[in-house]
Amino acid sequence: MMIRPGAEMHFQTLNEAIRSTPDTDVMIENCLGQRYIGAGLSGKTIVINGTPGNALGAYLDGCTIHVHGNSQEATGDTMNEGTIYVHGNAGDATGYAMRGGKIFIEGNSGYRTGIHMKAFQEKVPVLVVGGITGSFLGEYQAGGYIIVLDLNHQSIEKNCNFVGTGMHGGKIFLRTEKLPPNLPKQILASQATKEDLKEIKPFIHEFCEAFGREEQEILDSSFYVLTPNSNNPYKQLYTRNQC
Amino acid sequence: MGNNGINYIHPEFEVVRDQDKCIACRVCERQCANEVHYMDEDGVMRADNSKCVNCHRCVSLCPTGALKIVKSDHTFRPNGNWTPQIITELYRQAGSGGVLLSSMGNPTNLPVYWDRLLLNASQVTNPSIDPLREPMETVTFLGKKPKEIVRDEEGNIVNNQTPQIRLNTPIMFSAMSYGSISYNAHASLARAATELGICYNTGEGGLHEDFYQYGPNTIVQVASGRFGVHKAYLEAGCAVEIKIGQGAKPGIGGHLPGAKIVGDISRTRMIPEGSDAISPAPHHDIYSIEDLRQLVYSLKEATEYNKPVIVKIAAVHNVAAIASGVARSGADIIAIDGFRGGTGAAPTRIRDNVGIPIELALASVDSRLREEGIRDNVSVVVGGSIRSAADVVKAIALGADACYIGTAACLAMGCHLCRSCQEGKCNWGIATQRPELVKRLNPNIGSQRLVNLVNAWTHEIKEIMGGMGINSIESLRGNRLMLRGVGLNQKELEILGIKYAGE
Ligand code: SF4
Ligand code: SF4
Repeated sequence: MMIRPGAEMHFQTLNEAIRSTPDTDVMIENCLGQRYIGAGLSGKTIVINGTPGNALGAYLDGCTIHVHGNSQEATGDTMNEGTIYVHGNAGDATGYAMRGGKIFIEGNSGYRTGIHMKAFQEKVPVLVVGGITGSFLGEYQAGGYIIVLDLNHQSIEKNCNFVGTGMHGGKIFLRTEKLPPNLPKQILASQATKEDLKEIKPFIHEFCEAFGREEQEILDSSFYVLTPNSNNPYKQLYTRNQC
Repeated sequence: MGNNGINYIHPEFEVVRDQDKCIACRVCERQCANEVHYMDEDGVMRADNSKCVNCHRCVSLCPTGALKIVKSDHTFRPNGNWTPQIITELYRQAGSGGVLLSSMGNPTNLPVYWDRLLLNASQVTNPSIDPLREPMETVTFLGKKPKEIVRDEEGNIVNNQTPQIRLNTPIMFSAMSYGSISYNAHASLARAATELGICYNTGEGGLHEDFYQYGPNTIVQVASGRFGVHKAYLEAGCAVEIKIGQGAKPGIGGHLPGAKIVGDISRTRMIPEGSDAISPAPHHDIYSIEDLRQLVYSLKEATEYNKPVIVKIAAVHNVAAIASGVARSGADIIAIDGFRGGTGAAPTRIRDNVGIPIELALASVDSRLREEGIRDNVSVVVGGSIRSAADVVKAIALGADACYIGTAACLAMGCHLCRSCQEGKCNWGIATQRPELVKRLNPNIGSQRLVNLVNAWTHEIKEIMGGMGINSIESLRGNRLMLRGVGLNQKELEILGIKYAGE
């Protein structure tokens, strides 16, 4: 199915059309800000040319979405399965509370990228950003992989402030020579070893396939890996009151 | 830790054992997860008062009735300002440096407005109705009510009703997460809700797969941490509730201590075992009513507009203005939680000092929505705390469509309001994840007691309505003429929109 929403079409009309078509391949031409595309959907491949609105692929349950353009806020909010490729930049809170599936952003992503990502056993979400992100990357992260590549040398160190605030699970990989200066105490950061990089190799591979990048070149650079400090510091904040 | 071997805290309760009655069966010892009771070398049962939380488990199970718990008469020098509680709490903090953590609802002596509202009854000029002989309607529908009647070309009425929740009686079990309460407690609530034709609420911890079968009577909650939220979960319930806040701790988020994150809980929430579950106060994608609208609509899109969306907020100072925004956000139902609402864990200072009484919040929200002509955009559900059928009737007369009960439901399941849920050692099998404690709550009995409670309240509601000469809950809704105040000042009467008794 091909659909051309332009500026006029309401998101409800567009999304109803996507949901109800028996076609598994959906092509959206000249998308102009329609929200919630693919919300809760499974079993389709959606190609979007233009600019989808907020909450693209929210609660996504197993589609493949390609965006040729920029996505807005809350891309892949609470997504469970499937893959989103953005051939451009993404707005704030990309991958909010992702619990499965993968998101690949070719360019940059905004503030609070990967906030509340979680994982359990075989369900491990992956979020790869080709450029850099805004502050509060991986806030409250409880699981999954967040990988920031800074392929355009915009400096993770200078731009990604307060990475992993409140993080208590999962891993963040930053391709950088130097860590941002203001990492919270709850985080352990170390230079990624060969073993560490092995873990993310398939995701880098997939990123490079999607966006035509040189895999080995990326893997040969300096990465830091961030994990939560397991001496869980929250508990010490509280004292039992008997009242 | 800063106490230097000195014990600053004298036990609040004393375990009194009638040694003549005690047969040293050690039931109390086995029943107490706080390890109060023990047998000394001579075979005599003893108690460590400092560990007692006064949950009455031992008292209720002692086969000879040998036990009672009394409040210690040990005293500080009496002082109207520096009360024993304030002094003790200060000692705790000086010893630990920690934020005080409590549970259940605000226990302070602030006014309970329900108790200052009195209900009307018919005399002479209009007859009362006998609910045993005449039909009384308590069925309640929650959701947006259509503004206009739409007809097709042939003049037939087109159904333009958005999805509704149908309740046999205007009572629902409020959000208590699987995690904060046990599997058996959730099972009891789910089964009771199904049998009663009402709803229970998953809270923010997701839904155990065993409970999907109760979906038509389940409200699934979505909070900032999005624990356990996925398509099948959203589809499972009869409505989706966005939790913005809760009455026990407005402005701060959910906090489930690591001790309760074990096994299934870890799986349902998708967070590592033993690590605290932090659901921060703000949804990090909501900074305005427009942003709230985005979450409301993303949920509606994901559920194909088949489920009403509830937005739950805490009763705070500007609740009427906030509710007005929520009513315009696309939400179908607003749930308001008063400052006495319960919780599994909340910082004491927040629980006891933040938020406003639900009675005042409800009255001002209902008035505001009416003034703005948007009352029918939403249904209004109130909780925190509704303690009896009389409270339900008063809430409905003040303008609520239905009530949420949480603490009352826990009490029905055996809770003794010991307010130590945050420890995860609930001796009644409710606020715990320890298997040996969880199994003390038998879901067959738990659900039966809940069914009994709600049925009893429903009879009482009918009886009270009958006395007023009202035979349908619809006619009671927002009928503030049925209320009169006592012991209230002019401003309070004004906010409640009621007259003084005798007026
Ligand atoms: S349960 Fe009662 S009778 Fe048994 S040991 Fe305890 S106090 Fe004595
Ligand atoms: S649920 Fe359990 S721990 Fe909490 S107040 Fe009730 S009896 Fe005490």
